[in-house]
Formats: sequence, C-alpha cells, structure tokens
Amino acid sequence: MAAPRSFLWSRRIFLTLLAGFVLLPVYVMVSSSLKPLQDVSGSFRWLPSGFTVRPYFDIWKTVPLADYFMNSLVVAGAATVCSVVIAVFAAYAVSRYRFRGKRVFTVTVLSTQMFPGILFLLPLFLIYVNVGNATGIALFGSRAGLILTYLTFSLPFSIWMLIGYFDSVPRELDEAALVDGCGPLRALFRVVVPAAIPGIVAVAVYAFMTAWGEVLFASVMTNDTTRTLAVGLQGYATQNDVYWNQVMAASLVVSIPVVAGFLLLQRYLVAGLTAGAVK
Amino acid sequence: MTTLTTPPPPSKERAAPPDGKRPARLRLPARLRRVSLPYLLLLPALLLELVVHLIPMGVGIVMSFKELTQFFIRDWGAAPWTGLDNYELSVDFDAPVGEALLHSFFVTVAFTVLSVGLCWLIGTAAAVFMQEHFRGRGLLRAVFLIPYALPVYAAVITWSFMFQRDTGLINHVLHDQLGLTDSRPFWLIGDNSFVALLTVSVWKGWPFAFLIVMAGLQNIPKEQYEAAAIDGAGMWQQVRRITLPSLRPVNQVLVLVLFLWTFNDFNTPYVLFGKSAPEAADLISIHIYQSSFVTWNFGTGSAMSVLLLLFLLLVTAGYLLVTSRGRKSADV
Repeated sequence: MAAPRSFLWSRRIFLTLLAGFVLLPVYVMVSSSLKPLQDVSGSFRWLPSGFTVRPYFDIWKTVPLADYFMNSLVVAGAATVCSVVIAVFAAYAVSRYRFRGKRVFTVTVLSTQMFPGILFLLPLFLIYVNVGNATGIALFGSRAGLILTYLTFSLPFSIWMLIGYFDSVPRELDEAALVDGCGPLRALFRVVVPAAIPGIVAVAVYAFMTAWGEVLFASVMTNDTTRTLAVGLQGYATQNDVYWNQVMAASLVVSIPVVAGFLLLQRYLVAGLTAGAVK
Repeated sequence: MTTLTTPPPPSKERAAPPDGKRPARLRLPARLRRVSLPYLLLLPALLLELVVHLIPMGVGIVMSFKELTQFFIRDWGAAPWTGLDNYELSVDFDAPVGEALLHSFFVTVAFTVLSVGLCWLIGTAAAVFMQEHFRGRGLLRAVFLIPYALPVYAAVITWSFMFQRDTGLINHVLHDQLGLTDSRPFWLIGDNSFVALLTVSVWKGWPFAFLIVMAGLQNIPKEQYEAAAIDGAGMWQQVRRITLPSLRPVNQVLVLVLFLWTFNDFNTPYVLFGKSAPEAADLISIHIYQSSFVTWNFGTGSAMSVLLLLFLLLVTAGYLLVTSRGRKSADV
C-alpha cells in the first residue's frame, strides 16, 4: 500500500511541528537550568551566554527541596501501595465472584473517578480540622492525612483498572488452583496476581505518577514540614527574586524519577491504560 | 462459577496446609463462607470508599445547607442552618456571587470544548500518521509521551516561565524575533490568559488521546485496508472511510474521559495563575477553591460543588444515553 506524496508530506510537516511543540518546554527547562542568573532575568536567549551547573547545587539551599522530595516520596509511595493492595482484593472479588450489590459497587467506583477533586477537598478539610479538635489526632497537615486524601483518586482508578486486568486472566487458571485445594486467597496470590503482574505494575506506576503530580490536596492539606514538591516548587517562583534557572533545574530534578520510571515501564503502562480505556 | 462450588477432592485437601480442623470447619459454614467471601475481599475497599468518598460527600451535602464561614470551621456543628440560601446565592445570576459563578461556568465550558476538541484532533492526526512504520517512529512516540510523563507542576511552571512578559520565550519570539506584536503582551493576566491556559492544557492533554487512538487503531483488521486498496481507495479515502468510522466506540469513551478531566482540572490553572485566576481563565474548580479557601465561605463553596457534580452527572448520563442509542442503531 504505497502512500501518496501528499500523505507523506502532510505526515512529515505535521509530525515535525508537533515534535517542536512538545519539545519546546523541554528545551527551555534544560537550557535555562544551565544558564547563569543574568541570562534568565533578562530577555529570553536561545543559547546561554555561559554554561553553569550552579543552579543544580543552589536549588537545595534556596528551599528545603530534599525535605519536599522525601514528603512526596512517602506520600505518593504510601498512597500507591495502599490503593494497589486494597484494589487487588476488591478487583478479585468483582472479577471472580457473583454477589449482591456488585453492580452498585462497580458503578460507585466508576463514578467517583469522575468527580472533581474539589468536591472531596472541602469536606475532608473540615473533617480533618474537626477530628483534630475533638481527638487531638493531627490529620490536617500530616502525611497520613494527605495519603488518605490521595486515595480519593488512586483507589477507584486502581480498582477499575485491576478488574479489567483480572478479567483478562483466564478463569481456568485459578479455578484449577481451587480444585487442587488452594483457598481463594492462595489462588489469588499464587495464580491471579502473578499472571496480572504487568497490569499491577501499570496501575502502580500510574497511581504513583498521579500522586507525584497532585497539586490541589497538597496545597491545602500540608504545612511547613509536610509540604510536597508540588507546593514546594512554587516557593522559588513566588519570592521577590525569581531564580528561574533554579526553578527550571528543580523542575527537571523532580521530573527525572517519574520520567525515568515511565520510560522503563512505558510498555506496561501504555498497554494497561489503553486496554482499560478501549475495552 | 460452577467450579467454585465443587468441593475439593478430600485427598488433596488433607495434603493442603497444616490445619487439622479445616475439613470439619468447612463443612457447616461452607455455604456461608462462600457467600460472605466476596464481601470479605471487598471489606478494605468498602471501608476506604466510605472514608474517602461516601462520608465526605455526605458531609459536603450537609455543609452546603449551612452558613459555614471561617468562624465555624473549628466547630462546624455550631454553624447555623441556612436551608437553600447557599444554593440561591450561587444561582442568583444578578448578584455578584452568582454572576461570577455563571461567568466561570461559561469560561470552563468554552475552555473544555476547545481543549478537548484540539486534544482529540491532534491526538487522532498523530496516531493516524504514525499507524504505519517509518524510520524514527519509536523515538517520536517516546517524545510524544513526554508531556504525559512529566509531573504537572514541573511542566506548567516551565510554561509559566515561557509566558513571562519580559523574560519569556513566547514574547521573545513573537515580539523580538518575528515582530508580530507591537509591544510585549501579558499572557498570564488579562484576556490572553485564556489562550495561555488553553495552550498548556492541549500540550499536556493530547498525548493521552494519541495513546488511546493508537490502541484503537490496532483493533482495526488489516484486511479492511487491503480490500479498500484493491477497490482503488487512496490513502486519504481509507483514513476517512475506514479509520475514522472504526474509531467511533473508542472516541466515545475518549471524549467523555477528556471532558471530565478537563472540566475538573485544577492543577494547570493553579500552577499557572495561583490562588485566583484572571477573569478570562477563571475555571470552575479554581473558582470554588477561591470562594472556599480565599474568601472562607465553605457553605457556598460546597453548594457550588454540589451543583457542579449535578451538572457533570447530567451531562455524563445524557452523553451515555445518546452514544449508546447511536451504537444500538448502528448495530441494527
């Protein structure tokens, strides 16, 4: 099937322009992070007047970036682990059993996924403040409290995706295990989970990425000691002097873990995401 | 399902875990256990759903009927009931609060329609153009996924740097290099902010459409193209007659998901503009955030959230109804 010239040229032009559009911010991020301060505080320059790696050392001193990093890591990691582990059980039940209320459960899970975060933010904020007043448990501003709020989006997503994955694991596999005398839990962990590992990895990566990039809950539910990268990074930009080269360096540094993870696990993630969405 | 109810062979059962009492315990409550097992598996998820979704939603609805200002945040039970006042205030479009909400609603609708449309268009075009192998296709695909992989705030902060009036790339290109504008326009305040927001949203959102459409393309049987080629259909005709119609079911899901994400997007405007967005780019999620956490009126904020939810449910239900009817008539 030979493509006509018009098609080839359209393709060439379109894809080149699109790649330019996509890479423009990446170029700005990388090049600006290697520029001296006078280059980023004057008119924009395509090429730096001098090359420096200083911003990469300064970012840790201007704001406590390492602390923010740690907070993000703990919060995103814990939210991911919690939601994936709990979703494994729930998805197994939905995928393999028939029970009363199954439809109500799946519809609820699916619909909470589409609700705006702001809907849950206001009540959760109020609940945290009031629980703190009544019991002295400081949920508001704590990492645990933030992790719980992250489950509002990572849990329904994980359950939904894992149901799809478990459905694609042939039933005969775990039924054979059950016939062989395995309990349902053993069948789940010996047979279904190993067979669905690519899906579980995909769900985990996606949940982590979403939590790592979350801004809304992080901006309300954190204090000075629990601030995540999403909020902390804005610290560079709202000061009187904006150290744009440091902002760009910090943006790059916080992006590297997720982009690297994404590229490594891209295959799983893309397959999982599209399988879930196209189904 | 039937095999689950078949009792395991006794010999194997004895060989299973070192649990002498097991067969005896299994006998009587076996039916009960079988019935309750799915619920036990669901229990952790149900509990969490209750804690993170159902209770907050209930509290949110109650909040919307109260006069919940900053004085009552520490003890919200003491906040006076106001009945439907918060709702009346939100939908009184002649008064400032309602007027601002209506404005923000229209901005959000316009923004969502444009952003979803552009994301879909670019994503579909890219996927169609990359359907066939060519040199560098794998690399290009990886490049196209970058906006999707980057953390939102890192990407949006970079865009906000590019949109800076004096130090940004956009004005440097438009004004200094191309001379398209007389002076350096502001991008993050005033009317231009809508364009800036849309640009960032499309940059960030189209790769998702690209991914989903690419997956959809893989489901189209090759024979259809071969048959069409034999019948003398050109490349463009094949795209129009085979590719696009075959993508319909995929597109229906894709557009709904993109719509909900874009409509509810908070991260992009918040990082781009901060706590209060310029009027031209005052998306509804930021608007509600602002009326709750900046002007500290949680009751009104909650009422607005509930209205937003009702609107989204209505649109989604309507959309699903229309598309499923379309699908049924297509099957006939």
